[in-house]
Amino acid sequence: MSFTPNIQAFCCHYTSQQTLAEGPQGLLADGFPKSVTIHRLVCTGKLEVSTILKAFEDGADGVYVAGCPLDKCHNLMGSQRAAKRVAAIKKALAELGVEPERIEMYHLERGFHPGFVKAAQEMDERITTLGPSPFKAELSSLPAQTKLMPSGCQGGAK
Amino acid sequence: MIIAERKPINEIMDMVKDAKRILVLGCRGCVTVCSAGGEREVEILASLIRLGKQKAGQEVSTIEATLVRQCDKEYIDSMDQWDGQYDAIVSMACGVGVNFIANLRPMAKVYPGVNTVSFGGSAEQGVWSEQCAGCGNCVLHLTGGLCPVARCAKSLMNGPCGGSVGGRCEIHKDVPCIWQSIHDKLVRIDNKEGLAAIAPIRDWSTAGHGGPRKTVRNDLTV
Repeated sequence: MSFTPNIQAFCCHYTSQQTLAEGPQGLLADGFPKSVTIHRLVCTGKLEVSTILKAFEDGADGVYVAGCPLDKCHNLMGSQRAAKRVAAIKKALAELGVEPERIEMYHLERGFHPGFVKAAQEMDERITTLGPSPFKAELSSLPAQTKLMPSGCQGGAK
Repeated sequence: MIIAERKPINEIMDMVKDAKRILVLGCRGCVTVCSAGGEREVEILASLIRLGKQKAGQEVSTIEATLVRQCDKEYIDSMDQWDGQYDAIVSMACGVGVNFIANLRPMAKVYPGVNTVSFGGSAEQGVWSEQCAGCGNCVLHLTGGLCPVARCAKSLMNGPCGGSVGGRCEIHKDVPCIWQSIHDKLVRIDNKEGLAAIAPIRDWSTAGHGGPRKTVRNDLTV
């Protein structure tokens, strides 16, 4: 059975400038896989762990973060912070018995760079090989009416 | 403050394996400051629990909330608002919070989301070190403000021992010998009496060796 992965990419403004310049069609022409959905951020240092986990909850088979080179982040330490958060999620995924390779951190050059497309292709290939996310693969075994998502957050005593 | 760190998620998943409705409860006290059990960590843990349940093919709903403190009855009482809405509580407070919930809500299944590690301080961003053991009989006035109970591997009252080499403890090269530090400090502040003093055999009954400790302030009781 063919499998088209759902990959969510969180990219900083600087590493994803190509998306603005070329647009979706231009990226596809460069070989950017259709399986990847790009979320642009001002800086990957702004990315919260909970946002990445939410992507998995919402059905992502794989997630990656693209930030500036470790020693050349526009915001000095943003991509370093993102890398540490990605590492923390890798650890949590492993504890849950899920392949930690389903999330990755890439440090890419800014602007137009083949690395931007190559990272997406690498994740597309990796996640296609790994198959559907274990978080949703076993959902199909549940009755359709089963409620899996949270009922929402409630604030505690202030 | 009390230092804690989140338990491995697989350990927590095992605790709540039979629960379908889980209250993930943070604390705005110490565990918020040390980034172990505040609002942000509650959000992350709740998400991980949902993912773990999804992987196991089990249904679950979570309530995420954070109390001002979990070590005061008045805040535990505020949990009434979620009565009947959960099967289990995962408390992200220190062990005190878990105990308070267990004490005050006898029918609740409450589980610890964190390991309570020490009384410590932030040595640098993301690093906390133990500074106090809560032994109940403070000797810091004799030791230049540096605690031999918490910071000496043997809790020696007269140190250093023979394992002190180059100012480091024999247990690990990254651990300073606190008795070397105490001697250095007493020299710096010219405390000759302190340097020469021999501490008597210590009574450890205040350190929990005499059973659970209770503090009563008659001027505050009603």
